[in-house]
Amino acid sequence: MQKLIKGNSVVEDSWKVLSAEQADNLPVGNLLLPLANWLALDDTSRHSGNIAPWIESGEEFEHALDKLLKAPLIAVHFPTFMDGRGFSTAEILRGRHQYQGELRAIGNLIQDQLFFLKRCGFDSVQLREGTDLEAALSALADFSITYQTSADTQTPLFRRR
Amino acid sequence: MYQYDHYDRQLLSERVAQFRGQTERYLAGELSDAEFLPLRLQNGLYIQRLAPMLRMAVPYGLLSSTQLRKLAHIARHYDKGYVHFTTRQNIQLHWPNLEEVPDILAELAQVDMHAIQTSGNCVRNTTSDQFAGVAPDEIEDPRPWCELIRQWSTLHPEFAFLPRKFKIAVSGSQNDRAAILIHDIGLQLVKNDQGELGFTVFVGGGLGRTPVIGSLIRDFLPWQHLLTYLNAILRVYNRYGRRDNKYKARIKILVKAWTPEVFAEKVEAEWLPYKDGSLTLTAEEVARTKTFFTLPAYKTLDAAAVEQQLHSQALANTDFQRWLSRNVSAHRVPGYAAVTLSLKPTGVAPGDVTDSQLEAIADLADSYSFGEVRATHNQNVVLADVEKTALFELWQKIAPLGFATPTVGTITDIICCPGGDFCSLANAKSIPIAETIQRHYEDLDYVYDLGDLSLNISGCMNACGHHHVGNIGILGVDKKGEEFYQIQLGGRSDENAGLGAVLGPSFYPQDVPSVIAKILQVYVDSRQQEELFIDTYERIGITPFKEAVYAKAD
Repeated sequence: MQKLIKGNSVVEDSWKVLSAEQADNLPVGNLLLPLANWLALDDTSRHSGNIAPWIESGEEFEHALDKLLKAPLIAVHFPTFMDGRGFSTAEILRGRHQYQGELRAIGNLIQDQLFFLKRCGFDSVQLREGTDLEAALSALADFSITYQTSADTQTPLFRRR
Repeated sequence: MYQYDHYDRQLLSERVAQFRGQTERYLAGELSDAEFLPLRLQNGLYIQRLAPMLRMAVPYGLLSSTQLRKLAHIARHYDKGYVHFTTRQNIQLHWPNLEEVPDILAELAQVDMHAIQTSGNCVRNTTSDQFAGVAPDEIEDPRPWCELIRQWSTLHPEFAFLPRKFKIAVSGSQNDRAAILIHDIGLQLVKNDQGELGFTVFVGGGLGRTPVIGSLIRDFLPWQHLLTYLNAILRVYNRYGRRDNKYKARIKILVKAWTPEVFAEKVEAEWLPYKDGSLTLTAEEVARTKTFFTLPAYKTLDAAAVEQQLHSQALANTDFQRWLSRNVSAHRVPGYAAVTLSLKPTGVAPGDVTDSQLEAIADLADSYSFGEVRATHNQNVVLADVEKTALFELWQKIAPLGFATPTVGTITDIICCPGGDFCSLANAKSIPIAETIQRHYEDLDYVYDLGDLSLNISGCMNACGHHHVGNIGILGVDKKGEEFYQIQLGGRSDENAGLGAVLGPSFYPQDVPSVIAKILQVYVDSRQQEELFIDTYERIGITPFKEAVYAKAD
C-alpha cells in the first residue's frame, strides 16, 4: 500500500487512482476516478463510499459542485509541483464552499509545499517518490505566523493583532 | 517607516530556518536542482553567469540607516564590497556564496529585512513613488497601502506557484513616478466625487518580450476592498494564466486574449463572494498602518528667508546651482526639499554602490533626513526630508562621495540592467554602453539643454533595464555570437505611458554613440521653444529620426 501524509502523520492508504481508460472496467477497492467518469456513475455507485473523484489541474469543476460537495474524498492532481492551479481548486472547494470531506493533493509535490497545501485546505498529500515522509512532516509546521486568510485561516492577522 | 512587531519578526526567523534547511538538503543531494530552483528563487537567489546573485527586498524602496549599515556589512563580509540598486527598488549582491546565503538572510532578519519573493513565479516586492509622503502633488500617501499589500502577499499559500512572476505598483499622485502602467497590477490612489478614497485598477502591463501598457479594469475600488479584489485578480490569473509557454504566461497575455472587459467580469465574479468578507480592510487596521508613516518632526521654517539664502548660495556657485536644478525636488512642507543622490557617476555601473558609500548614505540619512532613504526605480537614492538651509552643506559633503553628479532626469541618468557582464540571460553587455554614452555627454551645458530625457538600456529582451519605456531605449541583441544594439524611440513610463518604436536595423556597439548624437541633433533642430525630447518626438514622429540615422553618405 502507498503511504501519504494525512493530518500530521504518515499513513498507509488504499485509494487507487485510475485513469480514464482504466475507469471503463472498475476493479474492487477504494477508487479515485477522473471527475468526468465519476460524474457519469449512477447515484448508488457514486455514494457507495469507496469511489471518489480526482480533478485534473486546471479542470473546470464548478458545474459539478453539488455532487462534489457530497463526495467522501476529492483528490486534486498536480502534474508538476510548479503547477499551482490546484491550490486555487482547494481554496474554492474548502474555503469558499466549505467542502467537509477529505481533500487530497496527488501528483509530484514536494515537502516544501506542505505548509501551503495545508493552508489551502488539503488534509492529505502524496509526495513525490523517494521522499522520507517521516522527515517531511516537520514542514507542516514551517511557519507559526500567517498574514492572510485561507481555507484554514478564517481571519487575517490584521484582525487578530 | 513600518516597524516590525513580534509577528513579523517571528515569520522572518521561521523563513530563515526554512531556507537553511532547504539549502542543507540541496547541498546534501536530497533536493534536485529542479526542486531547489523555485525554493531558492522565492528567496531571491539566482545562479548566475559568474556566481550566485541574491536579490534582497526593499519594500516600496524604504530603507533605514540601520538597514543600510547592515547591507554595508553584508557587502563587505559576504560579497566583494558593493551592492546593486535595481529598477524595482531592490538591492542585489552579485557574488555571494550559496552556502552562506542562509547566514546572509539571518543577518538581514536582524534588521527586519529579507529576500522573500524577490524572484520566482510569485507576487514580488510592491513598488511605489520615491517621493511618497512628501510630493506636493500627492492625493494620498501610497506607503501604508503598499505595506498592507506586502503583508497580504507575503507567503500567500495560494499564489506561490503562479504561471509567472507578478508585480504590483502603487501611485499616490496623478503624476505617476511608479510606472504603474507597466506592472501586472497598477494601482492609482484616487478620491471620488464624495471625497472617498479608493483605487483605480489597471492590469496586464509589463515589459519583457511582449511589452504591454496596462488596461483599466476598475475606475474606483473603495479602499476597504483592496485585498479581496487583489485576491480575486490573482486567483483568476492563477487558474487561467497560460502555463504551456513561459513567454506567454504573464497576466498581460491572458488579459489580451480575453480582452480587459471579459477579464474584469471574471474578476468581479470571483470577487463578489468574498466582498465584505474577513479580508476586507478595517478602518482600525488602516489607521494602525498609517501610524508608521506619520510626518517626521518637521521644523517650522521661514520659507521666504530660506529661499533667499538658497538663491544667493546658488548665484555664488554655478555647480551648486546646477545640482539644485536637477537633483533637488519639491517638498510639500515649506522649507524642505527631497534630494536625489545620484548613483550614476561616469565609469560606475548605474546603481552600483560600495560598502563604504552605503555607510556614508546611512550617515547622511541620520544627519539630514530623519534616518531614512528611498531607493528609486531609476536606480538612485533619495533623502526625502532635507531642510533647505542644509542643502549647501549636504551638497559639499556628497560631492566627494560621488553622489552629486548633477544629471538626474537627463540623458546620462541611465537606467541599466547588469547585462552580459553578470547576467546569464543577457544577450549583450549593457554597462559598457551606458559608460560610453555618459562619456560622450560630459558637457553639462549640452546635457541641460537637452533637458528631461530618459535613456534606458537592457542587455536582453527580458527588459530589466526598461528599454521599452525609455524616451531612448537601447536593447542588446545577439546575432551569431556578436553583440548588436537595437534602438527604440518614444517610450515613457509616466501616466501617459507608451512603448517605444524600433528605429530600424541594429548597430555595432561602437556606432551607438554617433547614432544617439544624430537622434539628439534631430531633436535639437526640430524642437519648438521649451519642448522636451518626448514632446518633439510625439509631434514629428519617428521618420525624421530614421532618415537622419540611416541616411546614406553621399
